[in-house]
Amino acid sequence: MAIKSTPRVRVPAQAKSGEIVEIKTLISHEMESGQRKDASGKSVPRDIINTFQASFNGKPFFTAEWFPSISANPFQSFFYKAKESGAFTFSWKDDQGGEQTATAKLTVA
Amino acid sequence: MTFHHDATRVPSRRRALQMAGVAALAAVLAPRLSRATEAQVADEMKALFGGKTMGEGKIKLDLPEIAENGLVVPINIDVESPMSETDFVRSVHVFADGNPLPQVVTYHFTPESGKASASTRMRLAQTQNVIAVAEMSSGALYSAKAQVKVTIGGCGG
Amino acid sequence: MISRRDFLAAGTALASLLAAGGAGFAQAVDTGKLTEAELLRFGTPGTFTILHLTDIHAQLMPLYFREPSVNLGVGAARGLPPHLTDGAFLDYFKLRPGTRDAYAMTAQDFTALARAYGRMGGADRMARLVKAIRAERGADKVLVLDGGDGLQGSWSALQTKGEDMVKVFSALGLDAMVGHWEFTYGADRMMALKETAPFAFLAQNVRSIEWQEPVFDAARMFEKGGARVAVIGQAFPRTPISNPRWMIPDWEFGIREEDMQKQVDAARADGADAVVVLSHNGFDVDRKMASRVSGIDVILTGHTHDAMPAVVEVGKTLLVATGSHGKFISRLDLDAKDGKVTGYRFQLIPVFSDAITPDPEMEKLVAQVRAPYAAALAREVGRTDSLLYRRGNFNGTFDDMICDALLKERDAEIALSPGFRWGGTLLPGDPITFEAIANATAITYPACYRNTMTGRQLKDVLEDVADNIFHPDPYFQGGGDMVRVGGVGYAIDVSKGVGQRISGLTFLKTGKPVEADKSYTVAGWASVAQNVEGPPIWDVVERYVADTRTVTVTPNSAVKVTGA
Repeated sequence: MAIKSTPRVRVPAQAKSGEIVEIKTLISHEMESGQRKDASGKSVPRDIINTFQASFNGKPFFTAEWFPSISANPFQSFFYKAKESGAFTFSWKDDQGGEQTATAKLTVA
Repeated sequence: MTFHHDATRVPSRRRALQMAGVAALAAVLAPRLSRATEAQVADEMKALFGGKTMGEGKIKLDLPEIAENGLVVPINIDVESPMSETDFVRSVHVFADGNPLPQVVTYHFTPESGKASASTRMRLAQTQNVIAVAEMSSGALYSAKAQVKVTIGGCGG
Repeated sequence: MISRRDFLAAGTALASLLAAGGAGFAQAVDTGKLTEAELLRFGTPGTFTILHLTDIHAQLMPLYFREPSVNLGVGAARGLPPHLTDGAFLDYFKLRPGTRDAYAMTAQDFTALARAYGRMGGADRMARLVKAIRAERGADKVLVLDGGDGLQGSWSALQTKGEDMVKVFSALGLDAMVGHWEFTYGADRMMALKETAPFAFLAQNVRSIEWQEPVFDAARMFEKGGARVAVIGQAFPRTPISNPRWMIPDWEFGIREEDMQKQVDAARADGADAVVVLSHNGFDVDRKMASRVSGIDVILTGHTHDAMPAVVEVGKTLLVATGSHGKFISRLDLDAKDGKVTGYRFQLIPVFSDAITPDPEMEKLVAQVRAPYAAALAREVGRTDSLLYRRGNFNGTFDDMICDALLKERDAEIALSPGFRWGGTLLPGDPITFEAIANATAITYPACYRNTMTGRQLKDVLEDVADNIFHPDPYFQGGGDMVRVGGVGYAIDVSKGVGQRISGLTFLKTGKPVEADKSYTVAGWASVAQNVEGPPIWDVVERYVADTRTVTVTPNSAVKVTGA
């Protein structure tokens, strides 16, 4: 099962070798905490994206484990030290086993 | 604690405060909501770090003094480190001691990260401490703490 | 009838009036006619001149504005200026009671001195002073900066959504401004005003929530008198808490001290000879920021409406406090070169409207922007027997009148009125015009709600607001004065912590304690919640004043303060 929403990523297209670039990501998700009750008083089950991972040319370099205290529509920014041209892969995994990915190219001059 | 995504179910205290015309109580201030106890937070940290001594410094924890919206509180963590192959920040754990589930996020960095810095947004149920613990490649631990006030504002000046 | 200016010349008449008015002390009144030349007298000019105005709250006409007689400082600010009032303020700054300066900067003998020295401010008077200084120095040596809360606070500003004030500021030759109440016109309107204005709108501390990116230019570099002057803007950091967040839903504020340091460093790297922060933080927040951010030469403070005749030095940083409502213009001359400020001269110039010839062009513009509303503004609704003023940490007679109006017109047991610091003062015997009512109520979220609240909720409200004023760390303060109450009294110990300050909540009608679980009917206005229903506050107050005809406000003794 896939996570329905399309993630958005901001990453520079080019960087100098050795430059540390900032990457920002956003994905729409309720991040249902499991702590909430609905109008009839029933507990709403937990349903969150629990893992975000960023890889470059297939090698993971940054992982975030998110807990229910993370806000809805989770935002994540982090850094990467550019060495060579290649492609980023970003992945989001939720409690249901769903996954969503995004990619971005980086050219290192 | 209840995270109110549903605007029609605003907790009564929040509504009262908003009505008072004094400010937006953005977060979730239902009375007597459950919160983690200090002991719970201590237990979790002990489970993770085995009661190892933690140093101070190294971590810059950037949080608003007063949350504008308790559902969306920005947090930035920046840990001082050369981020070399032999000396880097392995992970950073963030806790909020006034939320029912104190763990907020755990980051895993690598030397390729370039710097051990990350920003996200979290929910804070009430005024509380946010604690960050950084684990270095050497195994050394550092911690930092900051209080965030989750409340209403003044009267607009 | 004797004109005000002739009257000022008649020093002996003034002295006898003060005696007759019961001022009751032998004081050194200022005698002789005050001239523009005296107001403009200044020491050695600097490399360049900064003219600072702030918190004028869209007041285009001269008015009375009584400074607070209660303005408590807590924590490190306890007993320090600007938290000095009346005699203590005069002693600290070595001013004599009864003088023009005492009238302009304190509440002491306000009514008698107001009658003697007249109204202050007025855009045409300010324009006259600004033009005179520009002529003296040359336009290339003068920087005119507004510290925010300029576009809001009057009926014409509300009706034109700030446009009248953008015209006035443009005519004044403003170089840059920052914001707070400006944001209550909504994000789209704010951006539209910014686009049309010929001056810069600066804010280093506003970010888009979505991507955490700057919404406004943080700073601008000006070349003045051969020096490079960096002006960094700081919007009111608590805007989304103190005012409706739903009007600016995509923006995030905050103090952002580290970002301020980055801006200062960037300005230095860009060759700034002087770094000036145009701030709407409030004085205590600026004092703390000055002690923690290095490299700021000057902070032009705002928001808290403090007027001080001297700068406050924090390390190498100068803090200027220019008051509010157009009562003052600050002139600060800096000697700056080679990346350093080596000297300064400062003058807080009181804008005594009777001593200054109106600038004809600005006079014409003011008349023009007010013309569509002239009839409404002039409408006399009633009169007051009492001095009606707003400032003070706990209550003011103008808000007492508003609370009385809420209780009566909305048939409520308890009234709440926000602790706004703006709005003019009326002297005993003055007419209450619609303009006077609008000057204290003209906001974009004016609905008067009527609701029930338990005693516990009421206490929560008072406690949370109190913490936003009396938290010992200014970075945790929210600004504004205490919410005004009608129908209830309470005791407050300002030295206590959050949730511990308020006690003895009493329902005044019965004299019995307010019960935690009992529900009370509460009327109030300026709720920051969305979709609040009820008549606008100016209608409620107008109805009350019209019915009452002559308003008398008895001194409010329902709030007992300790721990100061």
